Amino acid sequence: MTEPLLRVRGLKIGATVYPPGEKPRDIEIVHGVDFDLERGKVLGLIGESGAGKSTIGLASMAYGRGGVRITGGEVWVNGRDILKAGLRDIRRLRGGEVTYVSQSAAASFNPAKPIMEQVTEAAISQGKFTRREAEKRAIGLFRKLGLPDPDNIGRRYPHQVSGGQLQRCMTALALCPEPDLVVFDEPTTALDVTTQIDVLAAIKEAIHDTGVAALYITHDLAVVAQVSDDIMVLKMGNMVEYGPTDQIINAPREEYTRALVSVRQIEHPEKLHRQASPVLSCENITARYKGTKFDVLKDVSVQLYPGQTLAVVGESGSGKSTLARVITGLLPPSGGRIVFSGRELTPDLKSRPKEDLRELQMIYQMADVAMNPRQTVGTIIGRPLEFYFGLKGEAKQRRIQELLDEIELGKGFQDRYPAELSGGQKQRVCIARALAAKPKLIICDEVTSALDPLVADGILKLLLNLQKIEDVAYLFITHDLATVRAIADSIAVMYQGRFVRYGTKTEVLSPPFDDYTDLLLSSVPEMKLGWLEQVLATRKMESAGN
Amino acid sequence: MFRYMPVSAMIGLTLTGLYFLAAIFAPLIAPYGMAQVVGDVWEPSSREHLLGTDNIGRDLLTRMIYGGRTTIFIATMATILSFVTGSILGFLAAVLGGWADQVLSRMVDLLMAIPSLILALVVLAVLPVTVTTLIVVMGLLDATRVFRLARAVAVDINVMDYVEAAKLRGEGRGWIIFREILPNALSPLVAELGLRFIFMVLFISTLSFLGLGVQPPLADWGGIVKENKDGIIYGIGAALYPAIAIATLAISVNLVADWVLNRTTSLKGGRG
Repeated sequence: MTEPLLRVRGLKIGATVYPPGEKPRDIEIVHGVDFDLERGKVLGLIGESGAGKSTIGLASMAYGRGGVRITGGEVWVNGRDILKAGLRDIRRLRGGEVTYVSQSAAASFNPAKPIMEQVTEAAISQGKFTRREAEKRAIGLFRKLGLPDPDNIGRRYPHQVSGGQLQRCMTALALCPEPDLVVFDEPTTALDVTTQIDVLAAIKEAIHDTGVAALYITHDLAVVAQVSDDIMVLKMGNMVEYGPTDQIINAPREEYTRALVSVRQIEHPEKLHRQASPVLSCENITARYKGTKFDVLKDVSVQLYPGQTLAVVGESGSGKSTLARVITGLLPPSGGRIVFSGRELTPDLKSRPKEDLRELQMIYQMADVAMNPRQTVGTIIGRPLEFYFGLKGEAKQRRIQELLDEIELGKGFQDRYPAELSGGQKQRVCIARALAAKPKLIICDEVTSALDPLVADGILKLLLNLQKIEDVAYLFITHDLATVRAIADSIAVMYQGRFVRYGTKTEVLSPPFDDYTDLLLSSVPEMKLGWLEQVLATRKMESAGN
Repeated sequence: MFRYMPVSAMIGLTLTGLYFLAAIFAPLIAPYGMAQVVGDVWEPSSREHLLGTDNIGRDLLTRMIYGGRTTIFIATMATILSFVTGSILGFLAAVLGGWADQVLSRMVDLLMAIPSLILALVVLAVLPVTVTTLIVVMGLLDATRVFRLARAVAVDINVMDYVEAAKLRGEGRGWIIFREILPNALSPLVAELGLRFIFMVLFISTLSFLGLGVQPPLADWGGIVKENKDGIIYGIGAALYPAIAIATLAISVNLVADWVLNRTTSLKGGRG
């Protein structure tokens, strides 16, 4: 048997934490992981945040990020243990034998240099190619990755290409020095679904054509199933399961893997609305931001009935969040009117009576910035009670505890600060804060996007339960169609400030589709092997047919 | 909270503490009266006069202790004044935005465009120089710098989702400024507090040295330098003691401010 390209044995990684007012102490974040990677193969590392996947990925270039140290084990690349290698050898390794693609290309490219200079830099400084050869190679890679105008795109600066294109440029950067191994660290996580599929296809093809081996790190099992040969599931720095992709997806052995595979399959039959009057009705809303001459929302009309969920779907920049800002009064619309539980809302926030403010609550995407870090959970949830209902003392305490029980947190949370909560717990506290006002409508702006899949599932289930108890309506803004399927009663698909499709869930999700909805629906990764090829083949056929 | 305190902060805190204690208990620990002439001009240090005597034969140690009391008192009051006005106006400018922000900010720009020492000299030349005027003039001039910092920090915090959530709830400006913004702006402001205090010490010393600050016979460190500066020509170091006092106070307060900044940022829920 030939020597594998990358062999990791008993890898342990530690870090130092500095709790305030205590002595700094060392903790272990990866507790001994073993795996092999053959030449030309792709290994997917999957797990929730904090599972240690990125740390393991970086360890394969003998690197620890910000205070992270590799404390034990062996990492063999090309027949030598790189943890024992000298600095000179490490320099040859990083950017020569092993390269890295990070999650946010926009944050990783130097905005002051043209793309070509950055793509070829490692190849030239490693002495693998001359400038001319490297540039020719880069252009070849741009073409292979499906970038527009491959001959000239290198002259552009990072801000002159789109997010998806920049992510492909970064893949070109990683492949340019002809490495043996590329570490992809969540390369498609920050992209829209419709862009993700292109980048994913480009990466897969490039890996296949160049015969490079890859470590593919992601939290999305459906994505990793499309590109990798083997998958390793990680949890809290421990290996949970390691096997061929087929087995992990179709016959997972461990409980945790099964949970990951079956995630996002909440069944939610659509509720028919009783013929009551709508709780929210937007009529011909048009809006633009101050100082611009571009309408972000164009003639948007929508109705939402009590106890129902309307999902607004679209990619970033389609105007979904702007709709929320208009409804809440943060951005007065330039045209149209909003009727909320039978009353017409004034366009701007300041002139709205307290009752309107109370009945319309909002939950944000990033729970950690939606809560004041210097207030305790008790203060955060207690304030709306005090503000809207004048509750004080014992009565307030009791109601806070009731709300905490409702969001399944229980006792002992009142005196904690947001920094002492996990991501899912933070979002639950935000939900409790919204519920405290006894609202008729809650606007949920991408509330599950920043969460791990299993945690997001928990939040969605909680929201569905609460809807049954409190009979509250949700306006659910999201870019994730799996979330929509799980929670919505009606759906509005938004594209460039307009609703391109609007109706009940069954109507919107059954054919015939318009082009955009079709693109959006078919771009959502499915948890099965060969999905990517299937979609691309269908699209090719369709475009040939046209 | 004092466990695992770095050595530098320990030194800073001890020295600062000593200076402040000496200032507070000056009448109890000073060996002689503040303006009492007790010996010859510029006597060298002896058992009766540890630091010697000054240019008219007063005990220098006594003058130093009383001088510290005046200097530290004026600097502290002026710092408090500048922080209260500067940060409240800065937060208001950030929260109100629009023309209110423009008016306040441009006024501050105008004040900052004139070197503050010159402005202070002009104002003090017109007004009667008392301790109160000194505090008010110094405090208001320095408030411009606090305003800038407070406004910059508050503008950042004002766009956070939790402030938006408070606005959506219908909260008034008082709640937004004092309950949402202030607690989160505190740590940069506290670090600035130490720095501004030192500038105040230097400012009052400069004014006194120029003769427009604290008026004799009241002692203050700048004034002691002024009174004894001629002695330097004859090799008499009386003017150096207040200089050393100013320098060590400046350094030790800075050491404390550094430590406070480090601690508050890693506090529970601190903003990294």
